[in-house]
Amino acid sequence: MTEQPPSPAAAAVTHPLNVIVATDCGSTTTKAILIEKVGEEYRQTYRGEAPTTVEAPFEDVTRGVLNAIAEIEELSGRTILEGDRIITPNQSAQGDPKRGVDIYVSTSSAGGGLQMMVTGVVQNMTGESAQRAALGAGAIVIDVLASNDGRLPYEKIERIRTMRPDMILMSGGTDGGAVTHVVEMAEYIAAADPRPRFGSTYRLPLVYAGNTDARPQIKTILGEKTALDFADNIRPVLERENLAPARNKIHDLFLEHVMQQAPGYKKLIEMAGAPIMPTPAAVGVIMETIAKREGINLIGVDIGGATTDVFSVFNGLFNRTVSANLGMSYSISNVLAEAGLDNIMRWVPFTIDEQTLRNRIKNKMVRPTTIPQSLDELQIEHAIAREALRLALIHHKSLATGLKGIQQERTISDVFEQRTSGKTLIDLLKLDLIVGSGGILSHAPRRIQSMLMMVDAYEPLGVTTLSVDSIFMMPHLGVLSTVNEQAATDVFIRDCMVYLGTCIAPIGQGKDGERCADYEIALPDGRIEKGQLAFGDLKLFALTREQQATVTMQPAKQVDLGNGPGQSFTKTVQGGVVGLMLDGRGRPLQLPGEQAARVAMLTRWYQAVGLYPKGS
Amino acid sequence: MAHSYTPGLTVTEQTTVRRRRILPLPGTVLVKVGDAVHADTAVARAELPGKVVPLNLANQLGIAPDEINDYLIKKENDSVRKDDVLAENKPFIKWFKTEIRSPITGKVESVSTITGQILLREPPRILELRGYVDGSIVDVHPEQGVTVETSCSLVQGIFGIGGETSGELVMGVTAPDQPMTPEHLTPAMKGKIVIGGAFLSAATMARAKELGVIGLVVGGIHDKDLRALLGYDLGVAITGTEQVGFTLILTEGFGTIPMAPKTFALLSARAGHKASVSGATQIRAGVIRPEIIIPQTARTVAARPDRVEREGIQLGDPVRIIRDPLFGKIGAVSGLPSELRAIPTESEVRVLEVRFPDGTTTVVPRANIEVIEGA
Repeated sequence: MTEQPPSPAAAAVTHPLNVIVATDCGSTTTKAILIEKVGEEYRQTYRGEAPTTVEAPFEDVTRGVLNAIAEIEELSGRTILEGDRIITPNQSAQGDPKRGVDIYVSTSSAGGGLQMMVTGVVQNMTGESAQRAALGAGAIVIDVLASNDGRLPYEKIERIRTMRPDMILMSGGTDGGAVTHVVEMAEYIAAADPRPRFGSTYRLPLVYAGNTDARPQIKTILGEKTALDFADNIRPVLERENLAPARNKIHDLFLEHVMQQAPGYKKLIEMAGAPIMPTPAAVGVIMETIAKREGINLIGVDIGGATTDVFSVFNGLFNRTVSANLGMSYSISNVLAEAGLDNIMRWVPFTIDEQTLRNRIKNKMVRPTTIPQSLDELQIEHAIAREALRLALIHHKSLATGLKGIQQERTISDVFEQRTSGKTLIDLLKLDLIVGSGGILSHAPRRIQSMLMMVDAYEPLGVTTLSVDSIFMMPHLGVLSTVNEQAATDVFIRDCMVYLGTCIAPIGQGKDGERCADYEIALPDGRIEKGQLAFGDLKLFALTREQQATVTMQPAKQVDLGNGPGQSFTKTVQGGVVGLMLDGRGRPLQLPGEQAARVAMLTRWYQAVGLYPKGS
Repeated sequence: MAHSYTPGLTVTEQTTVRRRRILPLPGTVLVKVGDAVHADTAVARAELPGKVVPLNLANQLGIAPDEINDYLIKKENDSVRKDDVLAENKPFIKWFKTEIRSPITGKVESVSTITGQILLREPPRILELRGYVDGSIVDVHPEQGVTVETSCSLVQGIFGIGGETSGELVMGVTAPDQPMTPEHLTPAMKGKIVIGGAFLSAATMARAKELGVIGLVVGGIHDKDLRALLGYDLGVAITGTEQVGFTLILTEGFGTIPMAPKTFALLSARAGHKASVSGATQIRAGVIRPEIIIPQTARTVAARPDRVEREGIQLGDPVRIIRDPLFGKIGAVSGLPSELRAIPTESEVRVLEVRFPDGTTTVVPRANIEVIEGA
């Protein structure tokens, strides 16, 4: 679980929490939800949204918050606002239960989130540990500097000087070990005299979480130049990571320093009844809770306008990465730059000339709050989303390696192995659940669109369940869980998670139409669906969330479903709003290179699952 | 009904703008409140610290870090010239003598007996901050900079590249829907800001650069031409530091899109006047849009408030559609239904009705229009 510092504001709430309003200030939109206690359980009842107002003319994030809450007022008939103030607590004791709420909580990623630079001594060891600590705290890591990162000292100093982070995390050295390298890095930082991103007059917050023996020297070198704070060493001994104290300190400083500088945040902090959490930290709380409660391996993704966050829990180890410039609005053009035009085009089921597509993507970049109006625009956005999701997972796999997560014991030999191999923890065959969140997945007009976007991007192997955040409320529930666990859990189970269904994807490749596997599905009504899954087939069977089906498959000789090539396989699977999908398209998934053949193939797949309205 | 906020771009004949001119680090302010300044007047100055060059003397001399003071010829804060001896050892046999020479001219900033390294710093560079617009100083921020105010016409673009510059506005074309070709550019446009119409090709940009045009303002360009101009695919819209020979401002977007008639008419009316332009764009928090500021020549014009806070979109507001399939079309709001409507993607969204100048109407998602502000 991501550790949260105790909340003084939350501690002060003594009245029962029956009506809760929560917002998430994203980079593009501010989403508000209303949660009410209905009988003995909490339910999410209304939602409202408004553009985030960190931009001119308002340049005050609370304006968007008030607009989003005003929409809830309009829909629910409840009075929540009195001018620019949220009425708390709810006035039911005064005989007016439709007036006021008991608490307001919020998360935020507006203003570019929390941007950090981290330093370590050995890049693969303390450098990576520092990176994980910052990522786990919900930050975007803009650079990792290490004594052995290959850059010459003056290059490091120039780099520190030109970056404008919100905060720096310094690590390096084990407790009682040599201090030289970490002090050297401090000297570089002092020489560079980095400036914060917001506000020219305040000192840059810096957390030192390295060798405790070096603290006096660090204080001498950086005490005057930065707002220096100390946390326990994140790598006290070589074999152990201790990320929690540094994460907590980052969170404290985020609230104390960074958020105070962003437009309107001072007001937002005053409005909220609990500390504002960075959106990714709140989503991380939820992801970890699901994995722990169900005892499963999962990958969660939150694809936003500016960034894509990926969370994973494998064998109880939590990891989070953020791909800072992969997103569907502000960063949409960067998805094109990173993925390349061909990779995006391979998902588009019609032909479009390169110039038109490039111009359309750039126009979305400069007007990030627009939405697709025509079907072809929607299909282009879905194509881009697949690539953003795919690239973000590649990034995640590269960081979720070896010594990851919290307080893991390892032996010295493992440590040296990590330096050379860095084996990823992500094993798609052992993956149980994919959870999707973010506008493009939560608000797709048809749920099958969300499901296929994730299947195409991640290419899950074997049996994988997919779900989506119904209306994008995981951040809200993450922050709420720090105040009221029961309310967060109730709403999560009943209103937030939408199970899409299960995807069964055999591993192997073959010619289009060739036998991939024979299947037999024992449906809950007693019917047996029997047939052959050919390579290139995508089949969908209705199976609701409440239903289970037993699937038996006999794969072809070279095809594997987890039990080895050609070995038969039986598993009971869960349904969802989409159902059960048999994906015979092969793994790794291959698309025809020739344009007309590719369009025909995509059209066949999309029609097989009813992806878009007919006639498209 | 909660009011619907739709961001828009300002195009206004007369307004008062204030621009904060802030040094990147503390320095000296050179003007005082009430001073009249020009775009190229230096208003503040700062010394940018020189580059830092670290040298690990302990390693190079083969000694322990805490011994380095015994070997230093130059001490902390001493000035050094390139090739001056910084430190040397004193062997019994002169042949084994090692001298460490300074790779730069500057000074010794610090000596560390923990790491055994010294940091040398090059002399500071002087940075002069210009006024950017013709106007007067209304505020001085000690050691940081000033605020300049000017009464002006203001046009905000949607996207730009290149930094701040100023010069005379000239028209390159005669109609807002006319593309600007290389033939429209003449040697007389050197050092000037040229207004185009619907489109600029890569060839026109190359010609502009060749002639020394300092600014180009146009409805749209193709993304592929932008990529060719920059030499890379622009991923995130944070610009302003590009060095492509001129400042480029798009008023509408990417593609061939006629400049909004109001924008074109305003710029035409101000042709021959001096303007300040900036291509800096930041489509993120603390948004920055590219701008064309044309100060009023008669200083007696009564100042009006910079901006009236919008209370949301209203019937009759002039709007621009900012998403395909009707991208770039301009009309006026003729209906604001409050209920959600299904659009061709099957999404249910809030919409509005737009009436075009030819009398036809269309329904578009509210998210897909922007108000032309300053109307």
